[in-house]
Amino acid sequence: MRTIRFLLQKEFRQIFRDPAIIRLILIMPVIQLMVLPWAADYEVKNIKLAVVNQDHSEYARQLVNKITASGYFNLAAYSGSYNEALHQIEEDKADVVLQIPAGFEKNLVKENEATLFMSLNAINGVKASLGGAYLGSIIQDYNRLVRTEWIQMPRFSPETQIAITSSNWFNPLMNYKYFMVPGILVILLTMVGANLTAINIVKEKEIGTIEQINVTPVRKFHFILGKLIPFWLLGFVVLTIGLTIARLFYGIVPVGSFFTIYVFSAVYLLAVLGLGLLVSTYSSNQQQAMLLSFFLMMIFILLGGLYTSIDSMPEWAQWITRFNPVSYFIEVMRMVVLKGSSLADIRIHLLIMLGFAVFFNGWAVLSYRKRT
Amino acid sequence: MSNNKVITANELTKTFGDFVAVDHISFEVEKGEIFGFLGANGAGKTTAMRMLCGLSMPTSGKATVAGLDVYTENEKIKRSIGYMSQKFSLYDDLTVKENMQFYGGIYGKKDAFIKSKTASILQELHLEKEANVLVKSLPLGWKQKLAFSVAVFHEPEIVFLDEPTGGVDPVTRREFWNMIYQASANGITVFVTTHYMDEAEYCNRVSIMVDGRIEALDAPAQLKQQYHAASMDDVFLKLARKAVRAAD
Repeated sequence: MRTIRFLLQKEFRQIFRDPAIIRLILIMPVIQLMVLPWAADYEVKNIKLAVVNQDHSEYARQLVNKITASGYFNLAAYSGSYNEALHQIEEDKADVVLQIPAGFEKNLVKENEATLFMSLNAINGVKASLGGAYLGSIIQDYNRLVRTEWIQMPRFSPETQIAITSSNWFNPLMNYKYFMVPGILVILLTMVGANLTAINIVKEKEIGTIEQINVTPVRKFHFILGKLIPFWLLGFVVLTIGLTIARLFYGIVPVGSFFTIYVFSAVYLLAVLGLGLLVSTYSSNQQQAMLLSFFLMMIFILLGGLYTSIDSMPEWAQWITRFNPVSYFIEVMRMVVLKGSSLADIRIHLLIMLGFAVFFNGWAVLSYRKRT
Repeated sequence: MSNNKVITANELTKTFGDFVAVDHISFEVEKGEIFGFLGANGAGKTTAMRMLCGLSMPTSGKATVAGLDVYTENEKIKRSIGYMSQKFSLYDDLTVKENMQFYGGIYGKKDAFIKSKTASILQELHLEKEANVLVKSLPLGWKQKLAFSVAVFHEPEIVFLDEPTGGVDPVTRREFWNMIYQASANGITVFVTTHYMDEAEYCNRVSIMVDGRIEALDAPAQLKQQYHAASMDDVFLKLARKAVRAAD
């Protein structure tokens, strides 16, 4: 116990003397949480639309007005030639071309049928498919408007129609920030936990102080605890800063209890700290540790359900996410913050995370050798 | 085994793959002795020392340190030894006092012991004013002397010094050796590697390693006589020239 006291005292002295760590802990969460949720949401906006209007009719004008009024599209070009508009796509000045052929109004009125042509720049796949879908639904909407204007609708529609009303549970306004902020907080905790621990230990390897420790009777278990505890506590500091920002700037107050969040975070931090330890035992210098944790972070973030929904991944990728601690924490955060889940609701997640913690730390302790 | 033998090595060997870093070395070190461990770069001195300190697992052979077996009792050995590595290994971002406190503490010393010992070392090194200065701001010579004091802070039976005076000016080197004599007079056995042949003259006995083997082992005066050399420098050159292994 006495040994641990000395190890902790030394570690805290070093941490508080390192301005880089303090800056990292205080500034990183603030910047990430203030900037990212605004920029990184799932909605596609500002789609650049090039209109090829070869009809010059009232209806064509109305349609274009309706599209630009939707707020999703910016009118980037307006011309009479399709080739000209295609050129805009080639130069990346337009994402979508909508061609209104000559005779659009005439056909619509006379034949009750008209065609439009849409071409999409699919280099940015998300923008193209969502843009196409938005445009399609606006045109459908317009179509209905025209029909009601022209045709006296019978009392009972000859066509069967299903009307849908939906309500969004747990996030009624579909506010993306409610969804993103808890997720970004998870990434922050992961980075602080895994990277700082790994770099800290590898730094001692580089300087040679770890050899000096290895030649003392300090047990490796004590040494590792002396490294884990300070970064575990720092993780709580980051979590608290993050939850405060979520509340002050985004008005996000967890529906569930803070207690649940902190209990799960405690176990989660143990798991990522263990991972950091593991990275450090397999790296002999800071560059190696950085690259290895960067590689892991990429996988964790992209396969963690923050930016892409896990349910829409292929089956094999969904299997990978089951071995990704980040995905559990993101799920738990969203459950507790948005849905108000309690400890009992997340017990399976908690058990799995405990498993991760035991696995990573156990592996790290076993592979740490005082003697080579 | 005699109680006076604090280190014994018998056919001690360490191989890294095909490379035999330490090749069946045997020697004994007596209590209170200053034992010089000489050899060119890459001769295997550090590897041999690391095996005795419990940092490196021997491939074969036997060795005891402070009467304890290096294979099975390596963690117990660590209580009885101090170690100063080639790399400077105090914490740069801790103060002089904090370093002593830390190393005293992890060797399980009592607070009162740490306090009085810290005071006496600071006085010996004339570092009272620098007690609360970060170690990184001290000049190299002072750092080395401090590192030695920290290595013997817990009053070990044996202290291992791996090229402790590398890069240090002659005056500080002389002061450093005074500290070594002082430790030896207090009954601490000193096991030291060095490249400076004048330092070899200060040792009670020296061994000279060439290509992983001990080529010569005796008191400096005897060695000079045996190799018809005027100084330890000549002895070393005569032996080290036989080396086939490239220095690193």
